[in-house]
Amino acid sequence: MNEFFIALGQQHFLQMALLSGLLASVGCGLVGTFVVVKRITFLAGGIAHSVLAGMGAAAYYGFDPLMGALVAAVVSALLIGWIHLNWRTQEDTLIGALWAIGMAVGLLFISRTPGYNTNLVSYLFGNILLVPIRDLWFMGVLDLLLLVVVVLFFRQFLAVIFDEESARLRGVPVTFFYLLLLCLIAVTVVLMIHVVGLILVIALLTLPAAIAGHYVHSLGGMMVIATLLGGVFTTGGLALSYGPDLPAGPTIILLAGGTYVLSVLLNRLLMQHRVRRSLGA
Amino acid sequence: MSPAIELSQVSFSYGLVPVLQNVSLQVATGEFLGLVGPNAGGKSTLLKLVLGLLRPQRGRVQVLGRRPAQARRRIGYVPQYPGFARDFPISVEQVVLLGRLGAGRGRMPGFFSSADRSAAYQALQEVEADDLAHRQIGALSGGQLQRVLLARALVAQPEILILDEPTANIDMRLESDIFDELKRLNQRMTILVVSHDIAFISSYVHRVACLNRTLVCHETSTIQGDMVQALYGGEVRRVEHHHACAHPVSLS
Repeated sequence: MNEFFIALGQQHFLQMALLSGLLASVGCGLVGTFVVVKRITFLAGGIAHSVLAGMGAAAYYGFDPLMGALVAAVVSALLIGWIHLNWRTQEDTLIGALWAIGMAVGLLFISRTPGYNTNLVSYLFGNILLVPIRDLWFMGVLDLLLLVVVVLFFRQFLAVIFDEESARLRGVPVTFFYLLLLCLIAVTVVLMIHVVGLILVIALLTLPAAIAGHYVHSLGGMMVIATLLGGVFTTGGLALSYGPDLPAGPTIILLAGGTYVLSVLLNRLLMQHRVRRSLGA
Repeated sequence: MSPAIELSQVSFSYGLVPVLQNVSLQVATGEFLGLVGPNAGGKSTLLKLVLGLLRPQRGRVQVLGRRPAQARRRIGYVPQYPGFARDFPISVEQVVLLGRLGAGRGRMPGFFSSADRSAAYQALQEVEADDLAHRQIGALSGGQLQRVLLARALVAQPEILILDEPTANIDMRLESDIFDELKRLNQRMTILVVSHDIAFISSYVHRVACLNRTLVCHETSTIQGDMVQALYGGEVRRVEHHHACAHPVSLS
């Protein structure tokens, strides 16, 4: 750990890595909270995995892979939204299919692209130590976009996530905001690809918000706590992985996952304690 | 003056199962109408048609002289089963504030205004639940939740209030509290309330509409014990009632 903080002062690439982790945390907080409370982790997983199609195609045709990822993520989000709205009975099978088809298309493109091995591994599991400065700017812009949309339409998102029928009766365009929410998830997935890769995105997206939900009981509070936790996990994971030269992405996820499991147990104990106290009183 | 709610010759079915057949109903402005009938008789479906959540396959529904989807923001609705998870991280005040969307500045981006907040406080006060404002929605009893849902329906100053079985999940003692409250609210808005308890509501409402796929209306003064029997009194008598409804009448 100490070694990491000394190196952090000297190594430019570590500072960049730290910054990219913090930029990704904003997505954990803002959008992760919506995903957890609305219980659409599976949908978010579908969006995340089918992104590989876009990254593969972009690599093959020589475009920026992150741009390809953004396009693929938004297309996949709208497709999944359309499935959710019109094919509710087969929803899980269809999303599962889209999930796998997206990955298959991506893998085929990547297999035809020279030097595919390094690319593939970093797409799937992240490569926080090699984030180009241009991508940091890109992530910053995505963060700003998320922040503006969530702040401006917080009430509408809250209404749609809380009670769709009631929101519709109040004249809120429910379908529009539902699809916009899925697009925000798409943006967040892209934001996190460098940090943990698209396979592990779903954990970084949901775990900080889920932990926050154990201790605070408002959406705004969850967003703040989840953003902070996201920062702690990405920074902590990076620091822990540095000394023994472990891959950073999986270390970050293990840190987040371990904390989540502990928090679930702690929360259970607190609950039992409270029940016992209220029975005693 | 056009009626607050008007259904003419409305039919609706889920797939091949007919739920409503040739239902005509007029609810006058300022009226307090009770809608009764057996389970699966189509009561909730009729409400959804009035709210514009469903569209009739035949016939026409008008609310305040317009299509339901255009008029629905002037309706306050209290559902029988709220469409949210009880463990959702949200306070009572926020739930009521969400009822302000669609009123005033509610359609704009941004946060709730102080006018919204004072409207939410007033609505909570009106249903005597202002002390619950900062509670979590999951920490409420059935009766408290019902009051909060009523406040959410009232907060946008609706012209029509629609309630689906408002007393189904609370005990008898609170039932008359809720109906006393509705009677008071009826002085300033039209009310349509669904109930399974015809005997109880007939002392509050002006008129009762009996719905079992088709519809018959009765002035409350004419409600007799045998009518209650006819609607609920067992299979044979219910079939008789059903036949009596073959030619729906609408008194208005």
